[in-house]
Amino acid sequence: MASTISEPVQADPERLPGNGQGRNGDWNNFVRAGGAPLVAVKYSPPPSSTAIWVVLFAITMMFAAFSSALIVRKGASLDWQTFKLPSILYLNTFLLMGSSITIEVARRRVAVFMAGARSKAEHPALWLYITLSLGLLFVAGQYVAWGRLRAQGLYLATNPSSSFFYVLTTAHALHVLGGLGGLIYVIRKLNRSILRRNTLVAAARYWHFMDALWLYLIVLLWIKL
Amino acid sequence: MHDTTAHAAHHAPPTSFIRKHVFSLDHKVIGKQYFALALLAAFVGMFLSWLMRIHLAWNNAPIPGLQFLSPTGAPGGVMTPEYYLQLMTMHGTIMVFFVLTTAPFAAFGNFFLPIQVGAEDMPFPRFNMMSFWVTFVAFVVLMSSFFVGDGPTLGGWTQYAPLNAVGSVGGPGQGTGVVLWAVSIGLFCVGQLLGSLNFITTTLDLRVKGMSLMRLPLSAWAWFITSCMGLTAFAVLMPACILVILDHVAGTSFFVASNLVMNDQVLPHSGGSTLLWQHLFWFFGHPEVYIAIVPGIGIVSHILVTSMRRPMLSARVLIYSMGALAVLSYMVYGHHMFVSGMNPFSSLAFSFPTLVITIPATIVVLVWTFSLYGSKLRINSASLFALGFVSMFVSGGVSGFFLAQPSIDIMLHATYFVVGHFHLVMAVAAMFGIFAGTYFWFPKMTGRMMNETLGKLHFWMSFVGAYCVFMPFHYLGIAGNVRRYASFVDDYLQPLLPVHRFITVAALITGAAQVIFIVNLIHSRFWGKPAPDNPWEATSLEWSTTSPPPFDNFGGKHPIVYHDPYQYGVQSSVGDYVMQASPEQVVTEHDEK
Repeated sequence: MASTISEPVQADPERLPGNGQGRNGDWNNFVRAGGAPLVAVKYSPPPSSTAIWVVLFAITMMFAAFSSALIVRKGASLDWQTFKLPSILYLNTFLLMGSSITIEVARRRVAVFMAGARSKAEHPALWLYITLSLGLLFVAGQYVAWGRLRAQGLYLATNPSSSFFYVLTTAHALHVLGGLGGLIYVIRKLNRSILRRNTLVAAARYWHFMDALWLYLIVLLWIKL
Repeated sequence: MHDTTAHAAHHAPPTSFIRKHVFSLDHKVIGKQYFALALLAAFVGMFLSWLMRIHLAWNNAPIPGLQFLSPTGAPGGVMTPEYYLQLMTMHGTIMVFFVLTTAPFAAFGNFFLPIQVGAEDMPFPRFNMMSFWVTFVAFVVLMSSFFVGDGPTLGGWTQYAPLNAVGSVGGPGQGTGVVLWAVSIGLFCVGQLLGSLNFITTTLDLRVKGMSLMRLPLSAWAWFITSCMGLTAFAVLMPACILVILDHVAGTSFFVASNLVMNDQVLPHSGGSTLLWQHLFWFFGHPEVYIAIVPGIGIVSHILVTSMRRPMLSARVLIYSMGALAVLSYMVYGHHMFVSGMNPFSSLAFSFPTLVITIPATIVVLVWTFSLYGSKLRINSASLFALGFVSMFVSGGVSGFFLAQPSIDIMLHATYFVVGHFHLVMAVAAMFGIFAGTYFWFPKMTGRMMNETLGKLHFWMSFVGAYCVFMPFHYLGIAGNVRRYASFVDDYLQPLLPVHRFITVAALITGAAQVIFIVNLIHSRFWGKPAPDNPWEATSLEWSTTSPPPFDNFGGKHPIVYHDPYQYGVQSSVGDYVMQASPEQVVTEHDEK
């Protein structure tokens, strides 16, 4: 074996903390409202960008388990009753898809804001608030959908089809609520001028994933129920 | 140690007692908390196994005091068959989840993974703290089932349907007991998912300068691979637990078939699939076996290479083999279901990868064996337990060849042969990995050395004892002794009772030998010889810092990594090794020639 001395692996410049010079896109070091520069946290790798993929993978596995349970359970017996999905679900779908667009607009606006081209006329958190509202409307819409089903006499234990409907939509709604919590966290960080680019990107990715997951679920429910 | 400039701490050191020792964000404290929890759980689990073994060997002998634990389950100290099953279920659940998953992965991984990659802490310390406390609550919930209603569930750690979903009509503990079990395991899943999140991001994002992935020590690789497995497996078990809970508390019918009659009652459920549970459970359950053993493989490799004073034949092959074990572990789960009535072609489909998975396992053993061949092994408690791990892994693994074949499995399924197999290959081997890790890393964790004489005594008693307990199980299984029976009196199995009595005596002695470990642990913690920073002359980053490490692991500095992790058998200024963080140019034997 040859000598093992070699040059240390070069760190990815994108992953290094900022040097305080306000480089392009170096969001750790944008200037605060008071004018004093923020001191970059030296120990600041961006694990959130990795972590979000880890989280999304775990959620994917969870819903894969629920989906396979649905398919197996439907094939296991003849007691499966189909029912018509409440029409409000389609409206909810549009709301969530709309929120995916608004968070993307928010992400771009905040990026422009943070890069230094600040403008008071364009409040950077505005589109985040809109996304938050659409998310809340979506959850409220899901609640209405559950009410519609209850009005038809379809409860959690009425039939395996309704059981899976409630389980899947509730699990998804809880994850959306988690995403809303994440959005509030992002807004708070933005208002205090300590938001990191990776945090915002991670929140946006999570939100898009919630949208994609819902599209998958509504197709699954539409086919199977 | 060559350092970069000082870095600010990731989070400030705590000052209050609560933040320092209870709700700590420090990965080292969390690692110790996991270790303490696993130790407690191990002794509870072992105590339960003692009760079961005594009952099996002397069926009607009262066990003094047992009636106080459960007046209905053990009237007069003699346990009922149902109570035997309840203890068995709790033994399995506690050991698999709260010992074999918690100690080698969560405890050692939490303490040493960030240090081995050169980080100050995990990237999400609050999630890390939550991970432990959620796991702790899960343990409390599980233990509470001993004292609630008619006791803990009796369905076995696999909790097969429909027994897991029918409610109290299924027997003692099948009502509240199952719900508490499912809640506990669901919480445990949350804890492990949070842990996996931190482990993966620590490995990928927090490595210091120079620490490429291939420069990670084998133990760090094992924890990383295990966390990837845990992420996939626990994310599937959690929904399964949710569905079981719903079958209990909401009256749904996921797992209970139509018109099921139990104890003369027609159950109200309809159309559920009992096999659905097995699919969901074993998709988690088989990788769980590797979640228990892969950290042991990494820890043992790390210790053996340090004790051999020369590199492994190929660290890369070990890493790839661990990765192959992880991937294949998801393709073999159906071998637990050979007798479930599945299509014979499905059996074949699951049998083939089951035989294939023995290839990476065999490669791991061969790499160890040929690396050890001709080495001047330093014999100490840690290296002895590491060798013991290899022995147990091989002995238990060999019986896996038989069980992997559906035609043989039909005969051996649900016999003591299976019990012997998985206890050796997974449970005892993993325990030996935990012991090896403890003797090896105790100086770093506490700043004090453990007593070597007591350690060696502990090893030999455990090593001989474990074989005396678990080898005869194979014989019992081949003789047709079924598992999960509470007694073998007045039936065809009675001639096998002497073997059971031998096993019970061996189990009592082996269990008692663990007291030596506890005495050593406590005595060394307070009165042990102070440990130097690098007592084993090892090379990885945890030995570059003080014993125990400071709050931020490297005293406000970040090391730079210059070498692969195991530079032994070289000439350097400090001896026959060069540390990862040393910039020293080294000459190997190969260079000299």
